[in-house]
Amino acid sequence: MNAQTAAPRGEARSRLDGLRAALRGNVREYAMYIALVVIFVVSGVATKGLFLSPRNLTDLIKQTGYVAVLAIGMTVVLIIRHIDLSVGYVAGFMGAMSAKLLTNGFPIYAVIPIVLAIGAAIGAYQGFLVSRVHVPAFVTTLAGMFIFRGLLSLVTAGTGTIIVRDEAFRALSNGFIPQIFEGSRHWLTFIIGLACAAVLAAVKIRARRNESRAGSSVSPALLFIFQMALFTSVILTAAWILSGYRGLPWTAAIVAAVLLSVNFVLTQTRFGRSVYAIGGNPEAAELSGIDVAKVTFIVFCGMSMFASLAGVLYTSRLSSATPTAGLGFEMDAIASSYIGGVAVSGGVGKVTNTLVGALVIMSLTNSMNLLGVDISYQYVVKGVIFIVAVAFDILSRRRA
Amino acid sequence: MRSEAYLLEMKDIVKTFPGVRALDHVSFRVRQGEIHCLVGENGAGKSTLMKVLSGVYPHGAYEGEIVYKGREAVFRGIADSEKAGIAVIYQELAQFPELTVCENLFIGHEIMKGNGARIDWPASLRRAEELLLRVRLRVDPSVKIKRLGVGKRQLIEIAKALSKNVGLLVLDEPTAALNDDDSANLLNLLRELKLQGVTCVLISHKLREVLSLADTVTILRDGAVVRSLDARAGKLAQRDIIRHMVGRAIDDIYPKRNKSVPGEVCLSLKGWTVYDPATEREILHQVSLSVRRGEIVGLAGLMGAGRTELALSLFGNTPAYKITSGELEVKGKTARFTHPKQAIRMGLAYVTEDRKRNGLVLIQDIRFNITLAALRDLVKGLAVDRQAELRAANEYKEAVGIRAPSVRQLVGNLSGGNQQKTSLSKWLFARPDILILDEPTRGIDVGAKFEIYQLMNRLVEQGMSILMISSELLEILGMSDRVYVMAEGRIVGETPACDATEQIVMAMATNAQEASA
Repeated sequence: MNAQTAAPRGEARSRLDGLRAALRGNVREYAMYIALVVIFVVSGVATKGLFLSPRNLTDLIKQTGYVAVLAIGMTVVLIIRHIDLSVGYVAGFMGAMSAKLLTNGFPIYAVIPIVLAIGAAIGAYQGFLVSRVHVPAFVTTLAGMFIFRGLLSLVTAGTGTIIVRDEAFRALSNGFIPQIFEGSRHWLTFIIGLACAAVLAAVKIRARRNESRAGSSVSPALLFIFQMALFTSVILTAAWILSGYRGLPWTAAIVAAVLLSVNFVLTQTRFGRSVYAIGGNPEAAELSGIDVAKVTFIVFCGMSMFASLAGVLYTSRLSSATPTAGLGFEMDAIASSYIGGVAVSGGVGKVTNTLVGALVIMSLTNSMNLLGVDISYQYVVKGVIFIVAVAFDILSRRRA
Repeated sequence: MRSEAYLLEMKDIVKTFPGVRALDHVSFRVRQGEIHCLVGENGAGKSTLMKVLSGVYPHGAYEGEIVYKGREAVFRGIADSEKAGIAVIYQELAQFPELTVCENLFIGHEIMKGNGARIDWPASLRRAEELLLRVRLRVDPSVKIKRLGVGKRQLIEIAKALSKNVGLLVLDEPTAALNDDDSANLLNLLRELKLQGVTCVLISHKLREVLSLADTVTILRDGAVVRSLDARAGKLAQRDIIRHMVGRAIDDIYPKRNKSVPGEVCLSLKGWTVYDPATEREILHQVSLSVRRGEIVGLAGLMGAGRTELALSLFGNTPAYKITSGELEVKGKTARFTHPKQAIRMGLAYVTEDRKRNGLVLIQDIRFNITLAALRDLVKGLAVDRQAELRAANEYKEAVGIRAPSVRQLVGNLSGGNQQKTSLSKWLFARPDILILDEPTRGIDVGAKFEIYQLMNRLVEQGMSILMISSELLEILGMSDRVYVMAEGRIVGETPACDATEQIVMAMATNAQEASA
């Protein structure tokens, strides 16, 4: 827009204006990346490098796993203008269920499908209330908080904390992908990193070409190249650091699988379109033939299923199910989604950005833990970052 | 007229909105103690004029001068006009259904106990009973508003105005939602209040009640006063008013179409009766109509006649109306849709009246909106074929003439005309056989209108059927083959468009009771 008025004043000037327009258009997204970089740098310095050590970064990934899975599901719920407060205790309850089933001799390949199926059933119950009975999601899932907190206590009532001994189950959150090459460095991890960087670059370049062919304005080439260089170097650096330690944790692979599939559904399928249409204007969506109730129902099923998966990951990481597991998970999940740029008014949001949001929240937590910051202050800091992100989001949208 | 005292004089009022002049040098005078009726087509500027008066559009937002009780009035908001004694009662009542009659009557100006900290309930109840007596309403003031019908609520609103010592009472279509008894009751009350010295401005579409009540009738058209007529002598006839309400020539703003003989009946409705649980009223009574292949059928009527409700109830019934009886046939097959997706599958499409509210997803781009209703056709395997989607969107953008740099433009940033074209494209992409258009040219400029008319002609020539709801009489007459007129939830007339004139249609729409009796 600015480029047109600036054209007579010279090529260089107009290019600069174009750059400025592109930066302004995506200020929200850049702010999130800048925040993440600031957190990493400050934490690295404050912990005298401990934060950036291979061991700690591996821990960070493991810790982020369950929150990322919850946040990805939550993003979809928030896009269609609902909320799910029950995810924390659903995760806690289903984590305890999986521990119980394992200690009762069920094999892991049976336990996980069972747990996910029960999770989907929980989602069906809540989704039915929200979509058909029209109980507000806030109320439905607040009741869910009570119910599943109670059920979690029931499952752990006799035994207290349930210790999980199953090696495969513990490996979900504590294991690493296998080493296939000789040597001290975990080369497979680095190769996967390389492949990810290459695929990402290819996808972005193709998307940009299609966009520009469709006639929509794309960011200036220079900015795009800079972005790509930044992304690929971050991925390669991370891969290099991880490969110097024990390699890629299984958690990362699971989160990647969840992220890619949800991202595919949201961006490529008809269902995803329905989600964004409902979030943008539910009445128009309904009159365009989208079954709003059905889509809402499915989204809630998926949410609770992801909550169950998060519960499995959390239980696996602790190698035990505790009676208090799940406390406050929903807070981190909702905060991650909003920090990742989901609009409070619905209709807007990307799960890829939500993952970055989850990294922001969890790297803060991790770093403050390393620094020995009291948990009370941690809540305050996270709350402040959360509200600043949302207020900034609202302001930047209003101006646009 | 000369020597009589004017309570209100609005002089040379001009009110413009971006792109439209809603009021064009309107002068409007109301004498002390009279009932003054304000009539005109939808969009003639009646409500805008009253909003200028009540301060909804504050002083400075319009040009011109308001003189009230002999002094220039400067209203910065509704509170100012209320303080001056002007009460406006809108069609959509601003009441609190969960509060009692008494609480509603005094909300915002409660009767307080001596020290001013607590509400004096006994005094409030006594005062409420007095007020209810004045409007001849026998209800317990401690009953909740939601338990009362629309007619009684209307009276309570008048009682509320009386409690504020109203000097000028403005009623915006008070009888539109009332049945005959309640209407008669209300009109009687207005006559009584007139005897008590209350001056009243009444906006109404029902010319019969206008003539039975009015001392003066002012007719607005296209934002200007056409005529103020004295109705006291009883010589004024409905046709005089109608002549002034319409009375423009059809110029060539409507493109010609090669009218071929229409084909078989595509859409037929028999005895369609619909009840709305939300308002607890029967909103459509025994509606029967048919649309043939290759035909444009106009559905005329004034606001609130039930046309949009008719479209919604047959197109998937989204607000959950109760269809109590009636038969719908689409292309010869009996149907009753419980969700718009079924209607779409049967070849129906419905372009909504309010594109921003329920037509478009404004935060998404043109492409997203165009393909929304028929995305099914673009799915390859699991995913949407985005290249094909882009081609389709571009194709429709060109064909319909949406002016935007690309199909990736957000719809919220487009002009009204281009938004309307996007909304149309969405439904054309679904390749319907029967297209229902609800106010297809509302709020868009003349150029875009013409393009939409041309498009409609092309579509029917290709064999589509169009049912067009419109409040613009000229549009109905200029575009349709056949016209139905609706009023108060009924079809009150049917005529070939070539035989109809604005006068005939307007007479049907305003004379509902006589026509249906």
